[in-house]
Amino acid sequence: MEITLSPVSSSLSKTFFASLYELTNGERIRTCLQCGTCSGICPFGYIMKFPPGKMIGALRAEIFDQVIKADSVWMCVSCNACSAFCPSNIPITAALMTRAKEEMLLAGNIPTELQAALENTQRYGNPMGESPRKRADWTLGLQPEVNILGKTRQPVDVLWFVGDYASFHSRMQSATRALAKVLNALGIKFGILGPEENSDGDSQRLAGERGLFEMMAQKNGQIFKRYKFNEIITTDPHAFNALKNEYPALGISHPVKHYTQFLYERLEQIKPLLKNEIKARVAYHDPCYLGRVNGIFDEPRALLKAIPGIELVEMSHQRLNSLCCGGGGGGMWLDGFQWEKAHTRLSEWRVREAVVASAEILAVGCPYEPPRFEDAIKTIQNASQLKVREIAELLAEAMGL
Amino acid sequence: MKIAVPVKFVPDLVEELTIDPGGAALDTTWLRLIINEFDDHAVEQAILLKERGSGQVAVTTIESEGADDFLFAAAAKGADQLIKLTGDFSSANNHALARVYADLLKELQPDLILTGVQAHNDLDGSVGPLLAELLGLPYVGYVAGLTVTGDKVVARKEYSGGLVAEVEVKLPAVLGIQASEQPPRYVAYSKIRQVMGTAKIEERPVSGLDPSGGTAVSRMFQPEVAERATMLEGGADEVADKLVGIFKELGTL
Amino acid sequence: MSQDIFVVIEHLRGQVSDTSYVMLAGARQLSQSTSGNVTAVLLGHNAQGLASNLAADKVLYMDHAALAEFTSDAYQIALAGLIQEHSPRAVIFGHSSIGMDIASGLSAKLGTPVVSSCRAFTTDGKYVSQICGGKIMAEGELPGPAALVTMVPGGYKSELGQSAQAPALTTVSAPTLEGLRVTLKQYIEPDTSDVDIAKESMLVSVGRGIQNKDNIELANELAAALGCAVSASRPVVDQGWMPTTRLVGKSGKRVKPKIYLALGISGAPEHVEGMGESEAIIAINTDPNAPIFNIAKYGTTVDMFDLIPVLTEKVKQAK
Repeated sequence: MEITLSPVSSSLSKTFFASLYELTNGERIRTCLQCGTCSGICPFGYIMKFPPGKMIGALRAEIFDQVIKADSVWMCVSCNACSAFCPSNIPITAALMTRAKEEMLLAGNIPTELQAALENTQRYGNPMGESPRKRADWTLGLQPEVNILGKTRQPVDVLWFVGDYASFHSRMQSATRALAKVLNALGIKFGILGPEENSDGDSQRLAGERGLFEMMAQKNGQIFKRYKFNEIITTDPHAFNALKNEYPALGISHPVKHYTQFLYERLEQIKPLLKNEIKARVAYHDPCYLGRVNGIFDEPRALLKAIPGIELVEMSHQRLNSLCCGGGGGGMWLDGFQWEKAHTRLSEWRVREAVVASAEILAVGCPYEPPRFEDAIKTIQNASQLKVREIAELLAEAMGL
Repeated sequence: MKIAVPVKFVPDLVEELTIDPGGAALDTTWLRLIINEFDDHAVEQAILLKERGSGQVAVTTIESEGADDFLFAAAAKGADQLIKLTGDFSSANNHALARVYADLLKELQPDLILTGVQAHNDLDGSVGPLLAELLGLPYVGYVAGLTVTGDKVVARKEYSGGLVAEVEVKLPAVLGIQASEQPPRYVAYSKIRQVMGTAKIEERPVSGLDPSGGTAVSRMFQPEVAERATMLEGGADEVADKLVGIFKELGTL
Repeated sequence: MSQDIFVVIEHLRGQVSDTSYVMLAGARQLSQSTSGNVTAVLLGHNAQGLASNLAADKVLYMDHAALAEFTSDAYQIALAGLIQEHSPRAVIFGHSSIGMDIASGLSAKLGTPVVSSCRAFTTDGKYVSQICGGKIMAEGELPGPAALVTMVPGGYKSELGQSAQAPALTTVSAPTLEGLRVTLKQYIEPDTSDVDIAKESMLVSVGRGIQNKDNIELANELAAALGCAVSASRPVVDQGWMPTTRLVGKSGKRVKPKIYLALGISGAPEHVEGMGESEAIIAINTDPNAPIFNIAKYGTTVDMFDLIPVLTEKVKQAK
């Protein structure tokens, strides 16, 4: 496909350009140098007909309708690498890419897998279409019983916003139980929302469904009001990002921490409990919305280092330059689409990096990741010995829980 | 051309269904309702016809949980008229439903009525053919694709085995949709919210349901588990070994 | 009112549908509780021959050019007259593209009740219907006077509806069939360039649980190792991941292989209709509550993505 330079209609370019100005720092788009850093650092930039830099070029040439007609913006996994390295500090992910996806959605150009996830979110409050009544099923059999606030109505210190994948995904439920055990071992007075919890909506927002995100936020906001708690912790970095950076603008403001931050604050209390040695070389994967977007790089590493026997190694992409697992920005629900375009998965690249770093365990702090990495391990050579573990799982094991 | 789509809500199978203490009906405590998926296809097909030519689409449903959201979503997709029948529909079967829709449609006088070919909880026939007979109109079901020319419609009717019949039907008519020509589209929630501010749902009160011609249920139950499969336990490796054994035993390997 | 059970025989292009025999088998059981006869109703044009293997006590045959192939309008007019004249205890239709087109209309026209999705009759003559995606059974007295019943396959073996002896055939006169509003223009043949999954002795069949097009390759590899074909359920075909020729179910092919290996298929009735008579169904599905386990001979909840590659290897070794 060639790019035609004569504009079919310049009006879309103009209205789209104007709409960027309404977003935080959106006007910085004017300062683009067309240096190409964004397109170069984008993990799928090489495959997009319009990688970020070219999208800005198309806007300036008033041929943005061609960007909307091409579907390459669905390759964007909202990993924020482009924005982090842009010399002009343009909010490429937050403004340009997300607005473009919104435009795609309004035009009805949406891959079916993503459509199903969005419909499920609208209907069930979670993208996988699970019964909301089963959201707390992961707690079954846990002793002491997990406090579901709607049942007990007891005030708690910590409201644990568990999130979709940590609640429902069969692989993740064991990790979620591990975190519950760790919190209990530390004597934390915590509760969950159970069936009343809704998707945080952040990945749906980054996939172009801002309206749906707001609906989820409002539902969660209403529920938060019903209960007494001092702070919120999240399992999912996407939920953390939503609650920290997006919900306040909608009038929903609560102190929030990712669970790795929360545990890091209690590291001195944790250390004596880490009795069991885990003898392994561990590479830590920085989740995009914990690390690059929210600057939490050291706390997860400190928790891992505290476990006796663990030798921390680094992969070639790390910290600010971490490589996305491929699940963000709707990537969880674009697997088939992205595979058809790229015939590779970002999770596979990442697993290769872990193998090269001679890691025995790939440690993660985001519930999108274990299923993706474990899938990738099945197809990558020499990766079969690699194990994927949530930090909470490693802590629980070291504590003998 | 005027197209009308009467739709029905059915229990959502994502939730576990349970039988009420009386033993002859579903327990409604936890029941969630969802649009009958075939009706969703009928709405999509109506919108596609409107987009292909000219026309007006009226979508109607009865008062229930989610009815307003559904109607507004239909408007966001392109429906022109939204009608909600209000009243107590707790005893409504398909016969009663078809009768209230027939009363409404006699007044609307559409050229074409599209319904889902069936619903998973149909126990007394399906709404489409009941409606057709009450209105004295022809009915063709299992339709996946159609073309309107003049006062006729050519419908692609599906039979088992992949056989398709091209059937010509004189308008006005009722068609039971098996699948729309394109899967039902997604509308951004912001668009639905926008429509909520502008579109109007006409409410029409209905009283005196007539469910005659239906069927009474004396007992409802979940299918017996006695005939359930023998479950193969173990990890992937162990199960694979057992399967190879079964393949050999049954003579396919 | 008589105690006879009528069965409306379904046929297209000179072939009686398998469901018709299931209906005859069901009618036979029902007739035992009503102590009536089983009457097959055959509408057609030069189609007497189709009655030869029907397991019925007698056949009412109506011949008219407009009844040569099924159309709802002509069938409905013809049947309305017959039902009024004979007032049988029940009329059994297929819960199919034919029966569902006319049973409800006849109910509204004649004021007789209709029962949908009937899977079987109890020995005391109650209907048992299968609803809500196969998750719920509803049972009740057969409503009167003449109950119109649409029947799903699965409750009776179709062989029971066949007979080596031709039943007695009575030709009845057809009503005037004029001003019909529904006419058949033509049939469009299914695409036959692909393998015929109905002729395979084993099928590896994929459902929604396969998740994406790419994963179909896993099923292809397993099928190649087993020397059989891959089929699919409707969602997979709707997505364009498999051609329509591989579709099993109500709107696709009906298959009866020795082994039907169902990968990520939940077992919705529309699908079961196409494969329920397989000799052995083996279901692989992570949802232990999936209805497919109710009809499968063997099942496992092991994740198919873990299982299939291992299974493919072991099948190759076993050869």
